[in-house]
Amino acid sequence: MVLVYSDDKKLALELLNKASELGKELHKRVIAVTIGHEEYSTEYLECGADLVIVAETSQHQFKAEEYTSILENIMKEHRNEIILIGSNKNGKELAARLAAKLDAGCVMDCTKVYVQDQKLTTERIVYSGNAIAVEQFTSLPQIVTIPSKVFDPLPKNPHHKGEIVKKKIDGEPFPSKILNVQETKSEGVNVEDAQIIVSCGRGFKKKEDIRLVNELADILKGRTVGCSRPIAADLKWLSEDHWIGLSGHKVKPKLYVACGISGQIQHIAGMRDSGVIVAINKDPEALIFKSADYGIVGDLYEILPKLTNAIKGKIS
Amino acid sequence: MNIIVCAKQVVDVAEIKVDSSTKKPILAGVPQKISDMDKNALEEAIKIKEKHSGKITVITVGNPDAKERIKELLAMGADEGVLITPPDHADYHVIAHLLVGAIRKIGTYDIILCGEASIDMFSGQMGPRIAGLLNIPQITYAQTATVEHKNVISEKNLGEKTVTIESPFPVLITMTKESNQPRLPSLMAILASSSKPIHEWPVSSVITEPLIPKVKTIDIKGIPMQRKNIIYQDDLDQSVGKLVDELAKVGVLR
Ligand SMILES: Cc1cc2nc3c(=O)[nH]c(=O)nc-3n(C[C@H](O)[C@H](O)[C@H](O)COP(=O)(O)OP(=O)(O)OC[C@H]3O[C@@H](n4cnc5c(N)ncnc54)[C@H](O)[C@@H]3O)c2cc1C
Ligand SMILES: Nc1ncnc2c1ncn2[C@@H]1O[C@H](COP(=O)(O)O)[C@@H](O)[C@H]1O
Repeated sequence: MVLVYSDDKKLALELLNKASELGKELHKRVIAVTIGHEEYSTEYLECGADLVIVAETSQHQFKAEEYTSILENIMKEHRNEIILIGSNKNGKELAARLAAKLDAGCVMDCTKVYVQDQKLTTERIVYSGNAIAVEQFTSLPQIVTIPSKVFDPLPKNPHHKGEIVKKKIDGEPFPSKILNVQETKSEGVNVEDAQIIVSCGRGFKKKEDIRLVNELADILKGRTVGCSRPIAADLKWLSEDHWIGLSGHKVKPKLYVACGISGQIQHIAGMRDSGVIVAINKDPEALIFKSADYGIVGDLYEILPKLTNAIKGKIS
Repeated sequence: MNIIVCAKQVVDVAEIKVDSSTKKPILAGVPQKISDMDKNALEEAIKIKEKHSGKITVITVGNPDAKERIKELLAMGADEGVLITPPDHADYHVIAHLLVGAIRKIGTYDIILCGEASIDMFSGQMGPRIAGLLNIPQITYAQTATVEHKNVISEKNLGEKTVTIESPFPVLITMTKESNQPRLPSLMAILASSSKPIHEWPVSSVITEPLIPKVKTIDIKGIPMQRKNIIYQDDLDQSVGKLVDELAKVGVLR
């Protein structure tokens, strides 16, 4: 069987597409698991699942220890050869712990999953974006995590038939507990879907100066501001939803403008799939120019207002 | 308080060059270092020890040259080092069992600390694997680790939310890059560290049965990045003008 689980419904639907494809190729049934969310079942069936297992538990919030034990329980009943898990932070700690429990292989953050020489094969970015590792499983079960937006969900097919099974499963209890869940301050930006992104880095001297990228973003139809890690993580000038890179969001707009960003490999890892890349940096040796289509060497404080004006002139 | 820190020796990813013809990364000869967030893990261990006293042991599964890296960790403040050289083609499954074998051999532990991810593989897999094999609670992506006598409270960053988790001991925690600022050892500390022990344990002393990898790497491919690299560096007004014309021409301003 091919089993799919994510605590994020949208991501689970995306994985179901891949699972259906693998299921067809390998003649295996596709099982979707939801822990606690019966209301997702119909959509899971319509988007490719042959069986939806609704695990009912008293642990309402995601907790890796208990949720691993629930999946382990399901595994005892259904021989699952391939397990696809959504690669968000919860999914990754769950996949890894489950892999340990099952003594299974596990490959994280795969952007390609296919069968080659009758073996499940995966591709993932390694060395901070310098290379792609092609890996193959040599035994069962095989656990793969897949990030969001690698696959699209299948269009809903109300004729796709399947079964919904509800089961009360309480995972083995662990002595750790969740004390509090706090929503973090977010500006509600969605860089992952943006068509045009103007990004800022440490080349900006103070928080107020970010208005320069805002102004440019505003006249470009895209209106999205991104940033390098230090701006969000260390200086906290922007919320984390702006953060682009290896440990932030992966983006692929048609235009990416990097202002005052040095172009370290971990930043490039998040924006290398952009259509056109423009860099503004005062250092002619800055790495960012190697990853850019167009660049201007100079002070962003002088260039950005000029650029904003020139573009305004051009598009009006 | 007995604290174990798992630290990995990695290639310095910022120093990797790409072979211009094959586009593959050239890994030979790249300088090695301790993975960044493993230093955050050790820094947290040192802070816990400063508050509660105890002992910090670092474990590395790596090549014999990793001994030099372990010395840096002893200088930072670890008390003892353990080095296990893995068999060829070890995967996460094999290395996790070696680390757990070493942890069991050490015997007593309250807190096991890892980095949130290693900078070469960036999996975030090893920590939860170790916790799973030991069947103990895990706290991943910890921004804080406040240790009291009977428990630890951590804030864990999930991007859109922060989750506060409490756990008794033993527990495994993985630390983020932002959680603290790893200290630089003083010259005194470097000198003093030369008397601290580094144990080199053979694989057979930590596991009883040979381990077979579950995943094998069949290729490391390059990532071709073809960019125009048109750089304007003379008069700013002209540069801006040319750039805007180009952008309009390729159709991204519409
Ligand atoms: C495991 C790991 C994960 C990471 N993940 C990420 C990630 O997801 N995203 C990310 O971005 N980084 C990430 N990093 C950090 C990354 O390595 C770099 O440190 C970071 O991207 C640098 O940010 P920056 O370019 O804004 O700052 P800097 O490197 O300080 O660069 C500032 C640039 O601004 C230029 N500049 C200065 N003043 C001006 C001016 N007046 N006009 C024009 N240019 C100017 C400078 O020439 C310089 O090139 C990660 C690092 C590690 C180890
Ligand atoms: N070979 C190793 N030796 C010691 N610790 C390791 C090793 N590999 C991974 N780790 C630990 O596991 C963490 C996560 O690594 P990874 O799963 O590769 O992202 C690292 O930050 C280390 O703390």
